[in-house]
Amino acid sequence: MSKANLLDRRQVVSTLLANRKDVVAIGGLGASTNDITAAGDHARNFYLWGGMGGAAMIGLGLALAQPKLPVLVITGDGEMLMGMGSLATIGLQKPSNLSIAVLDNEAYGETGGQTSHTSAATDLVGVAKACGIADSRAVTTMAEVEVFAKAVHELSGPRFANVKIDSASVERILPSRDGAYIVNRIRDDLGFQPI
Amino acid sequence: MHARTDAADTAPTWPDDIFATLQRFDVRQVPYVPDAGHSKLIQRVLASPSMRGIPLTTEEEGVALLAGAWTGGQRGVLLMQSSGVGNCINMLSLIPILRFPFLTLVTMRGEWGEFNPWQVPMGSTTQSVLELSGVKVLRASHAAEVPAVLEAAAAQAYNALTPTAVLLSQRLIGAKVFTK
Repeated sequence: MSKANLLDRRQVVSTLLANRKDVVAIGGLGASTNDITAAGDHARNFYLWGGMGGAAMIGLGLALAQPKLPVLVITGDGEMLMGMGSLATIGLQKPSNLSIAVLDNEAYGETGGQTSHTSAATDLVGVAKACGIADSRAVTTMAEVEVFAKAVHELSGPRFANVKIDSASVERILPSRDGAYIVNRIRDDLGFQPI
Repeated sequence: MHARTDAADTAPTWPDDIFATLQRFDVRQVPYVPDAGHSKLIQRVLASPSMRGIPLTTEEEGVALLAGAWTGGQRGVLLMQSSGVGNCINMLSLIPILRFPFLTLVTMRGEWGEFNPWQVPMGSTTQSVLELSGVKVLRASHAAEVPAVLEAAAAQAYNALTPTAVLLSQRLIGAKVFTK
């Protein structure tokens, strides 16, 4: 069920990636990885089809390895809830180039729309802030999405945004499912040779 | 069995052997959930200018972290206790799918003179869980064999992309002693 005044997930993600420059974008298991695909396939897109709860940590490993490169994790509320401890790990490491945007529709959209903890109790912005991610924002307007998209390029993170989106189902636009291809394509674009 | 000892004059040197091997293989990210058996190695890592020690809230975070590190051009190693292997299971599926070098060093509990029965179930299945998840298992039970085992493990993990775990046995570490 869609509530009024909530943002459209595809519009949010295409805005986050519209002027991406050298950003590496990581999509969490679920619809967020499809949203990134819908915004345009890119050599620096990391699509996850599994490993639920791991998106933010993949982002941390990449951000620490490439401290000048902006890394943007775009995931869902359910995926973030499963990896909530990683917010504490990130809050401790404080990588300045890591940004996390959670597309929060308060539901597990891929499995039948069951409500998630964010629908009634969990405040992920509060969690991120309490874990030491000082720049943690609740985003409810496209203007705020645009401000966050610009901030992603600044080495002043880590930063976190919880973006309230509507729970409408959108067309599935599927990326490659070949994990080794996805990783090696990013590595190649960053200038690393195969082993 | 022998008891753990932390006295400086009897402190084991095998953690230094491990550190030297990791350094030689250009390991840069060292995610860990602390264990007493890893304490000296963790100290060495945290004091190292080339390695970054990264404390985790749960071990599976470390598997995902190493995938990201490799995508960004760095090698890592995950330090954990045998209990942590169970926490990793689903995330281990990233390893064959993404094909990144995976090395973990696991300090064993639940074997060789264990006092705490609660450690035994997971300690008993640690090796099988790893093998069922596609991770090759090597074991070091004596200080003298640590350098060769680490060398082999790091070589096959980083050169041949063979996911590898080294079990550092409780016989090597010393069974934890509980005193009143």
